[in-house]
Amino acid sequence: MRQLGFEQQHRDHWERLRLLLDDLDRARRKRQHTAAELASLPKLYRELCNHYAIARSRHYSPALEQQLHELVLRGHRQLYSGRSAELWRLVQFIAYGFPRALRRHIGYFWLAAALLTLPGLLVGSFCYLQPELIYSVMDEDQVAGMESMYDPANRKPGRSLERGAETDLMMFGHYISNNIGIGFRTFAGGMLFGLGTALLLLFNGVVIGAVAGHLTRIGYQDTFWPFVSGHGAFELTAIVICGASGLLLGHALIAPGPLTRLEALKLRAREALPLVMGAAFMLLIAAFIEAFWSSSPVAGEIKYGVAGLFWILVLLYLGLAGRKAHGTG
Amino acid sequence: MLDTSRSYETPEGIALSLRIAGPVVRSCAWAIDMLIRAGLYLAIAIPFSFLGGLGFGISLVVFFVIEWFYPVFFELRQGATPGKKAMGLEVIHDNGTPVSWSASLIRNLLRAADFLPFLYATGLISMLLSRNFQRLGDLAAGTLVVYRDKASVRHEMQSVPPVQPPNHFTSEEKQTLLAFAERAPLLTAARRIELAEILTDLSGRRGEPAVSELLAYASWLAQGQGR
Repeated sequence: MRQLGFEQQHRDHWERLRLLLDDLDRARRKRQHTAAELASLPKLYRELCNHYAIARSRHYSPALEQQLHELVLRGHRQLYSGRSAELWRLVQFIAYGFPRALRRHIGYFWLAAALLTLPGLLVGSFCYLQPELIYSVMDEDQVAGMESMYDPANRKPGRSLERGAETDLMMFGHYISNNIGIGFRTFAGGMLFGLGTALLLLFNGVVIGAVAGHLTRIGYQDTFWPFVSGHGAFELTAIVICGASGLLLGHALIAPGPLTRLEALKLRAREALPLVMGAAFMLLIAAFIEAFWSSSPVAGEIKYGVAGLFWILVLLYLGLAGRKAHGTG
Repeated sequence: MLDTSRSYETPEGIALSLRIAGPVVRSCAWAIDMLIRAGLYLAIAIPFSFLGGLGFGISLVVFFVIEWFYPVFFELRQGATPGKKAMGLEVIHDNGTPVSWSASLIRNLLRAADFLPFLYATGLISMLLSRNFQRLGDLAAGTLVVYRDKASVRHEMQSVPPVQPPNHFTSEEKQTLLAFAERAPLLTAARRIELAEILTDLSGRRGEPAVSELLAYASWLAQGQGR
């Protein structure tokens, strides 16, 4: 069949598909076609694919080929894109998707936890035994600033004296941008064969350990520990989870197993994303607690009690949520 | 072949061709986005600064959200950030479908790795080494940055009385003749003649008659003996 006859025979068909695709690009309530008409898309698209293949094999004119290719591309996109961002999916994710994803990769979690806590404990106990050791971790100004934050004379623990006037809301903003940013970078560090993640975990562990050891040594334990114990349940766990997600990427790059490195990376990145998103959600809670609860002038015993509850809550949530089968699981 | 178009075979057995965007045009898009973001930061920071600590706290949260989620928001809404859109680019999966929220999140969270040690140096190296100009985030998310196809205007062939070509053409030759006929209205008269005179040996004509002779051949190829 000659090109002109071919075009005349199928022109209406292509036009119908084009109108359908135009309509699908519009917002749902502005569409002019009925659901039944829209449902004919796959059939029309398959026929178009057939026409395109014929046009190519018969060496019809390049302009016709291009016109059909554009239509095929649009149809392909409409047919094979599967995105639906619904609020309900977010609720499901928090209710059981995230804890399940974490338990699937629990080995990475323990490794990340070891990378954070072991150096922390080690450096922390050294700083407790040797008060001047803190200066090899941070410089004098940082030490002075950190000491003044947890000085028992400070009205608001966890805030520096000159920044005492800062509102809780301002600190909330600071904790969100700072902590979640650290979480995301810990994940991204996995792209450097896991090295970036491991270094960030080690570094954070050393700094947190050193501060804790030093402050306990100089007798500020009654302001420091009640302050950090509450939000630490969410914050430290979330940083470890971000570390686990980064290690997942690093593992894919170092030892991809039966897949190519690129395929392994794509697969693992998809598996790691729920961990990062869940950890960001936990860091959000941690920022809230840190800004509005940890700094409040409540007695230390009550803070310890609440902190205990927080830790139990986090453990139960991550350990048990979503164990039972759900319909859509 | 040394070009930047890649083909992806769909389940229907059709080869889709995608034109990959290189580092230069992507840097330009990034610079435009950077200016827009700087404008947004200013527009937010100035009014909120009058609210004291509360305003500062809110603007910190907004800065954080813009820093990490500005590209995600626009990629999910319209397939490209305003900067990429201005440069005619868009982000898609390596199978040609629009970018999903998970792929968009992965490629944009991993920006932190691409940025190292300064100004996307790692990302640039990764783009230069990878076949599809992908930075690390693109590799992990399985995404490509491609040129957005503008809906092309098709020029109809002029309808001239068909003339049977004197000898048998191969498929490629037929297609070239058809392409010539379709592009003829876009060319200058001198260029049309210059191209048509390549086949003077065949058509035996020079100048304007050579052009109309080739158009008549093309017409015969497209519609046969005529209606």
